[in-house]
Amino acid sequence: MKGRSRNGALLLLIPAIVFLVLLFIYPFGYGLYTSLTKADGSFTFANYIRFFTNERDLRTIGVTLGIAVPVTLLAVGIAVPLCYHMRRGVPGEKIISFFFIVPVTLGTVLISEGMLTFMGPNGWLNQLIMALHLAQKPVQFTHNYAGVAISVGLQGFPYAFLMLLGYISGINPDLEKASQMLGANKWQTFWKVLFPLMVPGIAISFCLNFVMAFSVYPSAVLLGQPSGPQRVIALAAYQWAFEKFNFNAASAISMIMAAIELLVIAVVLAWRSKLYKGASIVGKG
Amino acid sequence: MRDFKRISVRRMTKRFGDKTAVDDFSIEFGKEEFVTFLGPSGCGKSTALNCITGLIPITSGEIYIDDECIDDAKTSVPPEKREFGMVFQNYALFPHLTVKENVAFGLKLRKLPKTEVEKRVDDALRLVHLEGYATKFPSQMSGGEQQRVAIARCIVLEPRLLLLDEPLSNLDAKLRVELRYELKALHERLKVTTIYVTHDQAEALALSDRIVVLKLGRIQQVGSPQTVFTKPANPFVADFVGYKNAWKGKIEVLKENGGTLGASVRTKGALIETKLSYPEGDPRRDAIIAAYKSGGSVTTAIRPEDIAVIGQGEGAARGEGNVIRCVADLVEYQGHANSISACIKGCEGERVDLHSASDIAFGEAFEACVDPEKVLVFAMPEASPARSAP
Ligand SMILES: Nc1ncnc2c1ncn2[C@@H]1O[C@H](COP(=O)(O)OP(=O)(O)OP(=O)(O)O)[C@@H](O)[C@H]1O
Ligand SMILES: [Mg+2]
Repeated sequence: MKGRSRNGALLLLIPAIVFLVLLFIYPFGYGLYTSLTKADGSFTFANYIRFFTNERDLRTIGVTLGIAVPVTLLAVGIAVPLCYHMRRGVPGEKIISFFFIVPVTLGTVLISEGMLTFMGPNGWLNQLIMALHLAQKPVQFTHNYAGVAISVGLQGFPYAFLMLLGYISGINPDLEKASQMLGANKWQTFWKVLFPLMVPGIAISFCLNFVMAFSVYPSAVLLGQPSGPQRVIALAAYQWAFEKFNFNAASAISMIMAAIELLVIAVVLAWRSKLYKGASIVGKG
Repeated sequence: MRDFKRISVRRMTKRFGDKTAVDDFSIEFGKEEFVTFLGPSGCGKSTALNCITGLIPITSGEIYIDDECIDDAKTSVPPEKREFGMVFQNYALFPHLTVKENVAFGLKLRKLPKTEVEKRVDDALRLVHLEGYATKFPSQMSGGEQQRVAIARCIVLEPRLLLLDEPLSNLDAKLRVELRYELKALHERLKVTTIYVTHDQAEALALSDRIVVLKLGRIQQVGSPQTVFTKPANPFVADFVGYKNAWKGKIEVLKENGGTLGASVRTKGALIETKLSYPEGDPRRDAIIAAYKSGGSVTTAIRPEDIAVIGQGEGAARGEGNVIRCVADLVEYQGHANSISACIKGCEGERVDLHSASDIAFGEAFEACVDPEKVLVFAMPEASPARSAP
């Protein structure tokens, strides 16, 4: 009986495995294979060597990290105190959450297009800045680093916010009370109790945000200078694939992207396990 | 610990919107006293406790430690400055810290030297019999062990007042009794002033110097366990400490006989003769005399264990008084006795609960009687809004 039911349970895994193979393992394996071959199918490391020896390609790593890391840090860094204040609910929470969720539903291109007009030299934002005499001439928010960073930040922030809000409001409120009763003020309670308990959530939302930001493409094209300072790594892959029609080289770049993302995730998770050694449950009692 | 003589709570009230969770709550705690808040779920025990700690702001009233006002609804000393310790119902141990770090939490905040922290943590863990557990995490411990960590975490700081919110309610029956003994022993040793919240009368009776019985946020009675158990102040308290049989009726005859009152109460199911030892000057005595004179209703209260099954026909010999004729419709075997619930013959809806060692079968008709001295009588307050249910 026991064996049968276990086999039965294993059968239930089949759809998930098929799904995983079709959507993840097969494309990944195919990409890895393509990146390690020439157009004629023979084995080579040339695609990787070309990327690492081509100064113009190589610097896309730095450019992309230069966008993804600060933007992600900032998004998570703003989300943490905001969620802390909203953890027991605040008046107008629904409206606030609504405005944070809207960017998710609109999609990258629409936001970028909107930003082009809203934040452009003649856009409302600059008109406001000029009207308030905050600057002499229009501040440039588009076609530069700021444009890309703001756009990427706007898309990533809602995820960080919603995820962390769920996380922090799941922490047993008695833990805060207990800490207070033991003599801790609000600040000490935050750093000694809430923050450590939020670390797993912070780590996960950082990883998620980072991966999204690292593969930034439309924002960089629409709001940056894609040929120069904001030539991100995804753009390099795109150009090799669809401008030079070298899919092998493009595959190699996407493998390198994956490797960098995994590396950053590994670093974040190492930080997490260093800080958070206790139970994985969120202190539910 | 800063020394003090007494903590007084004066007319403390807490409202949530238009719901009054704690109503006009006044009480004094003497140093080293063990006071229990006893009451059914939702009567405001936790709210009262949280108000005293300052974790919930009070709506009105005052809290004093000797002459120092720590809360007057407008200004209040924050909880972390009151030097009170609280054990939460779900323990609220920090899951990311080991047992040792949990217990050391408050000491470290006080910036004590490391060696002293170590020493006091070790002492506290020894006191709650958890010497070997220092490096474990709360999730690796049983409920009872976690409970002890929570207690150690408080007492290591030598609080002026220790507050325990239903600390045993999540444990199994055996452990509950064990930990109850330990709590009692701990209090004997440390003499820390304690407020203990429970809905379990056995816990309250076993542990307390004084019991505060609560209903709908209002204090019903304050007294020693003996007083509350044998001289409940009103039908609610009586019901709560086990006087399960409460029957309404009218006093037919009232004889005053020195210290005792002999009231014959006609209830729906039976004529109850009573012998009330309410001395001269007792407000309950005056209330009953008043009820007799005005013809107002009274409630009789009898414990199930004070009602005895008598042999067939014995009732007729005794006459009408205190004989209850009934039919068993629920018999529960409870080891030492059967717990019987029966309906009274000829009275739709009137019930009697009793304990009996003799075997009564389901549906069996029998007679039972009660000793007049074991019956309590309460004059019903005529439409007093404070005591009536919402
Ligand atoms: N934050 C709150 N907002 C509104 N009403 C509340 C709040 N906290 C408690 N109450 C109400 O106040 C009353 C008393 O609650 P409290 O938690 O003090 O009861 P309790 O005696 O501790 O019950 P239990 O034995 O179940 O713990 C309840 O009716 C509850 O619904
Ligand atoms: Mg409670």
